[in-house]
Amino acid sequence: MDDATVPQTVDLAKEYEASGVAEVLRELDEELIGLEPVKRRIRETAALLLVDKARRDLGLEVETPTLHMSFTGNPGTGKTTVAMKMAGLLHRLGYVRKGHLVHVTRDDLVGQYIGHTAPKTKEVLKKAMGGVLFIDEAYYLYRPDNERDYGQEAIEILLQVMENNRDDLVVIMAGYADRMDRFFSANPGFRSRIAHHIEFPDYTDDELARIAETMLGQQNYHFDSAGKTAMTEYIALRRQQPHFANARSIRNALDRARLRAANRMFQTKGVLDAAALSTICEADIRASRVFTGGLDSDRRSPQ
Amino acid sequence: MRITQGCFSFLPDLDEVQISKQVEYCLENEWAIGIEYTYDPHPRNTYWEMWGNPMFDLRDPKGVMMELDDCRKAHGDAYIRINAFSDERGVESVKMSFIVNRPADEPKIHMQRTDFESRSQKYAWDVRA
Repeated sequence: MDDATVPQTVDLAKEYEASGVAEVLRELDEELIGLEPVKRRIRETAALLLVDKARRDLGLEVETPTLHMSFTGNPGTGKTTVAMKMAGLLHRLGYVRKGHLVHVTRDDLVGQYIGHTAPKTKEVLKKAMGGVLFIDEAYYLYRPDNERDYGQEAIEILLQVMENNRDDLVVIMAGYADRMDRFFSANPGFRSRIAHHIEFPDYTDDELARIAETMLGQQNYHFDSAGKTAMTEYIALRRQQPHFANARSIRNALDRARLRAANRMFQTKGVLDAAALSTICEADIRASRVFTGGLDSDRRSPQ
Repeated sequence: MRITQGCFSFLPDLDEVQISKQVEYCLENEWAIGIEYTYDPHPRNTYWEMWGNPMFDLRDPKGVMMELDDCRKAHGDAYIRINAFSDERGVESVKMSFIVNRPADEPKIHMQRTDFESRSQKYAWDVRA
């Protein structure tokens, strides 16, 4: 590059504002409750990328960093949501050209007969070019019990593209922590190609209660005070029962509570105002089977 | 003889960056992209061989360029064209088509005149090396 065109100094704070990264991080902080370690990792990654970008602008040699990531955590801890934000972040920093997110699972990558897998995987990869490829429950790609499983073929193509097209797309693999660990130890190629392993912790009861309120708020509903207490108790009980999926369980619980609330309103005679139409009260929550020991199917002993 | 059909065929051959930009333009218009090749550039040969299925829902030209590279590797001595299909009329109709690869030695298109009844003439063209 010509010396005259290369700036001699760089103002990181200014770059930070100009890139729009601050905005994404602010959104991340405001819209996502909890997840402190995740936010910290993302902020660190953003800082690294910003410094790299500044170095490149000053004409210093920079190798394209490996940006492939793995998100591990229990269901409902916000992996997909964060992946979407990540795509926006990388786009603003100029590390992916388009910044869209392609969400796939095993079914989208692996074919059903010989010769079906490669075109299928390639098609998905072509769609993801210039953006982020999000592979949910990535460990299903690898089935050690069946050595003729076509998943292996998809893995090989993925590895090749992750290495050769680092400028063109970023791959994020997500799944439960223990299974992902096993997946990575069986496929060492992935472990070495993925630089950022981010763990998503479970939400605390307090955070889930705040999430519940935010979710209701977005749908123009709110708890009355007894309802709020009931929800707190609900969360504590629900956590101990099987198939607990963090924020997703809360969303389902709220959907059912709204159903019950609608029924209750229908049965009350007389005129309702807007406030009454958007209140979730104690009875709507307490009617849940969680308070009586969970679903029948979970309690019954297997026959 | 230089075969001229589709867009840009009277211009010098497009390089990789220019092809990529044209594809980008197509994708911005939400057109699907198909790659086709042939060893028979006769003007009446409308249907060229398809290189894989047309590509829908792409966001970045890189996906097309990867396919084009593969096609060139397999058929470096063929004519290769990129077609862009628009679905705005309810069918996938070609909106844009341009040649992106030519053989090193292009064949000639030769015209053959034949006498016919009462001094009329018939014309035919064939592709010759």
